[in-house]
Amino acid sequence: MPASSKPNAEALDVACPFCGLVCDDLSVELGTRLAVRANGCPIAGPAFARAPAPEEVLPRIGGRPVTLTATAAEAARLLGAARQPLIGGLGTDVAGARAATRLADRCGGILDHMNATAMMRNTMVLQDTGWITTTLSEVRNRADLLVVAGGDIVSRFPRFFERCISNETTLFGDGRRCEVIFLGVEVPAGLTLPGPVRSIGCDVLRLSEGLGVMRALLAGRPVVADEAAGAPMAVWRELAERMRAARYGVVAWAAADFDFPHAELTLQALCELIRDLNRDTRCAGLPLGGSDGDLTSDTVQLWQSGFGSRTSFGTGAPVQDIRHYATDRLLEPGGADLLMWISSFDESRTPPVTDLPLIALGRAGMRFDREPAVFMPVGTPGVDHAGHLFRADRVVALPLRQLRESALPSVADAIVAIELALGER
Amino acid sequence: MLLKLAGGRVYDPAHKVDGVVRDLYVRDGKIVAPPAADERIDRVYDLSGRVVMAGAIDMHTHIGGGKLNIARAMLPEDHRGDPMARTALTRASAGRAAPGTFATGYRYAEMGYTACFEPAVLPVNARQAHLEMGDTPMVDKGGYVMLGSDDFLLRLMAAGEDQQRINDYVAWTLHATRCIGIKVVNPGGISAFKFNQRMLDLDEPNPYYGVRPRDILRVLSRAVHDLGIPHPLHVHSSNLGLPGNVDSTLGTIRAAEGLSIHLTHIQFHSYGTEGDRKFSSAAARIAEAINSTPNATCDVGQILFGQTVTASGDTMAQHLHSDHASPRKSVIMDIECDAGCGVLPFRYRDQNFVNALQWAIGLEIFLLAKDPWRVFLTTDHPNGAPFTAYPHLIRLLMDRTFRNAHLARLHPEAQAMTTLGSLEREYSLYEIAILTRAAPARLLGLTAMGHLGAGAGADITVYREDADRERMFATPEYVFKDGVLIVRDGKVVQVTWGRYHTVRPEYDPGIERRLEEHFARYHTLRAAHLVIAEDEMRAFGHGGDVLTHPCRPPT
Repeated sequence: MPASSKPNAEALDVACPFCGLVCDDLSVELGTRLAVRANGCPIAGPAFARAPAPEEVLPRIGGRPVTLTATAAEAARLLGAARQPLIGGLGTDVAGARAATRLADRCGGILDHMNATAMMRNTMVLQDTGWITTTLSEVRNRADLLVVAGGDIVSRFPRFFERCISNETTLFGDGRRCEVIFLGVEVPAGLTLPGPVRSIGCDVLRLSEGLGVMRALLAGRPVVADEAAGAPMAVWRELAERMRAARYGVVAWAAADFDFPHAELTLQALCELIRDLNRDTRCAGLPLGGSDGDLTSDTVQLWQSGFGSRTSFGTGAPVQDIRHYATDRLLEPGGADLLMWISSFDESRTPPVTDLPLIALGRAGMRFDREPAVFMPVGTPGVDHAGHLFRADRVVALPLRQLRESALPSVADAIVAIELALGER
Repeated sequence: MLLKLAGGRVYDPAHKVDGVVRDLYVRDGKIVAPPAADERIDRVYDLSGRVVMAGAIDMHTHIGGGKLNIARAMLPEDHRGDPMARTALTRASAGRAAPGTFATGYRYAEMGYTACFEPAVLPVNARQAHLEMGDTPMVDKGGYVMLGSDDFLLRLMAAGEDQQRINDYVAWTLHATRCIGIKVVNPGGISAFKFNQRMLDLDEPNPYYGVRPRDILRVLSRAVHDLGIPHPLHVHSSNLGLPGNVDSTLGTIRAAEGLSIHLTHIQFHSYGTEGDRKFSSAAARIAEAINSTPNATCDVGQILFGQTVTASGDTMAQHLHSDHASPRKSVIMDIECDAGCGVLPFRYRDQNFVNALQWAIGLEIFLLAKDPWRVFLTTDHPNGAPFTAYPHLIRLLMDRTFRNAHLARLHPEAQAMTTLGSLEREYSLYEIAILTRAAPARLLGLTAMGHLGAGAGADITVYREDADRERMFATPEYVFKDGVLIVRDGKVVQVTWGRYHTVRPEYDPGIERRLEEHFARYHTLRAAHLVIAEDEMRAFGHGGDVLTHPCRPPT
């Protein structure tokens, strides 16, 4: 439902679609240009504030402004001619993901999210051994120890500590002091928390060594080494004991921070450590994601087809191949023959450079290195139209509200227009 | 449009019609009384020699929601092994144990099912559950929302709040989550596991709240009763899968204190500790308890051999059993001060003593429970077996020779530990129609489903008579949904989307303010954002209706 557009009217309890936390407590001053007045963050403020210029909302073919119907017809012509279209980006909400999956099914296309390289690291762990995990409100109430592995969390999820760790009031009493240990990264500048915060220096590329040492120590096996991952054995011994002593330890990571070859094996070692700890105490992982609708599109694809991102409908049935159906590989010669790029949250997430025919469904204001064959400017869920987005923990699908009048189509609307045009062909 | 389904042998237990040859008439999606002689009939289906039943209803099947999607994510092998290509009519999908929603809907319809109920909707995950059910074509659907390990309820109970506040909360939860019933899973146990407690018996207190499972069963069954919710409290008892759990199961039946109670997948809760392996069938005691307790109903949760996946809210039990996962992988998840979930792939083997005896225990319960109106045919899909095994299960119930031939192949020690071979009962078609149609509709308060009387929705399944009951039930000749022919010879010929079924009992809105405060203080989302609007439901369900069934509080 459109919120009131009276000057200075303020919408309360707004859900923010611009990172995986999907914080739903923002106050936003309404108007053509939205302003976050409370509970904002460095990501939300600028992202809500963007308002397209009049010329930026016009659909284009080859750079020429045309009608939406004309772009849909041209997109349909290109898709109809493609033998292996790649529907990439997938920065959209639930309705957009449903529509994109339907279109891929119809066109024999391949679906790959712009964040899939990171997201698939977690998927590979899930497919191979599984994990023990928790969700944001459990962390907020139960965690007495948080280990942050491989990254600072705050640059991707700015309000994480404020919302899950800083609170001293919990369901189980007041005065909580959750200890936080950053593993392999410095304590972020300016982070102050009620409990102790420290950093353990180690080489994240070799983190699996330290994790292996801790698993061995917890199992009572002898370990003959002077150091692991660049840290002395005493460090790993102390950390293992600290984690075992925690009543509800949580290990948080963002898979995007593990950006090195076969990093999924490091994450798997982390998950196996967590599993070992649960023989005696409670400990849970918190794999943080959800930005740019990555978990949303993965989740929708999973329930519809049985497979998440990097799935092809080329044979008529869905087939997932995490290595081969990756955008960078598909843009090599002999891969895809068309790229449809979807990015409705962030106009800076532009399509990768390619010579292939390009259909872009981008947030109005998106600028391109190479003008797409077809550009359909789209609205942003939670700003220009209502929608739903899955949060970092993949459990909660939050409703997003429309905050301003907008003539821009949603991704789902744009795809329906393309499907109508396909139907006429 | 007036249809005549002529000359079929009709099994309609709701009207005590047992294999009577008669004509049925369908107009505007509903079954109608025979029309006047001069009315034009638009289409006649000659059903002579055919068996006609209402569309089947699966009252406990995990078809949508977070844990099933975790199972899908964990099991690419299940999907690679069972791809379903797109056709001119149907969407591409895949999977057998954890199928995609499209595969789920098409296959249920192709077996003559026209309604499915998801039994474990977490309040914080309800939107996802409805999104997934909305993307499940062909069938009607509904959900049972899970309470009993959520911190809000446990705090109300620990504070000694009166039953009325609990009733308000239960009713609000049904409104917010658009469900049709209340489920409790290992009462209080999912919460206790978060405090590192690994077992919780019926009279053990929660380590933090001091509340016992028995107390939770009492207040929730009372709430369901007071609010007039048609479906009894749907109970997954304590001690899932543990030898000796028969005692807590019998205690659970008594804990309802005479109010209606439904014990789900009771096979997994009917184990004794006799024999060399300290694992035995307690089916006779369970069946006797069901037989002698008119307020109790159960579904069986039959296991069948082969690969499947178990998905449950019972983190405590699933973590305990995770070493038995096959292939060896598992997901255990604590969820939002609300509940949890555990997912383990599982391969039931007929040469495994425990699995073989589980198989026999389920069948013993089916055959020893006397009242077919109070025992329901489920495999607890996918926990005991994928739902596609139902035709096989029906044949096991209807064909003693077939059953005993299978029994003879089991682990020999398991054969020695079961009375199954001596049980002579064979289910009739009439009884199968009770188990799979009439009784689930009655138990859920679905007055227009599960029967073939005038006014019912025209969900009708037509089978070719076949002595091989598995083949007969696997591929119906015709399936009608709301009067539309959707399946012909076991294949989808028309895609429909079904509707949602819900209840919305009344409550004192004062509870909303308390929930808003509770969520604002302790949670990471607003209580108001849990509430699912009707227009959301319609969008999720491809425009299908959202039906609200009446609640009848006791006067």
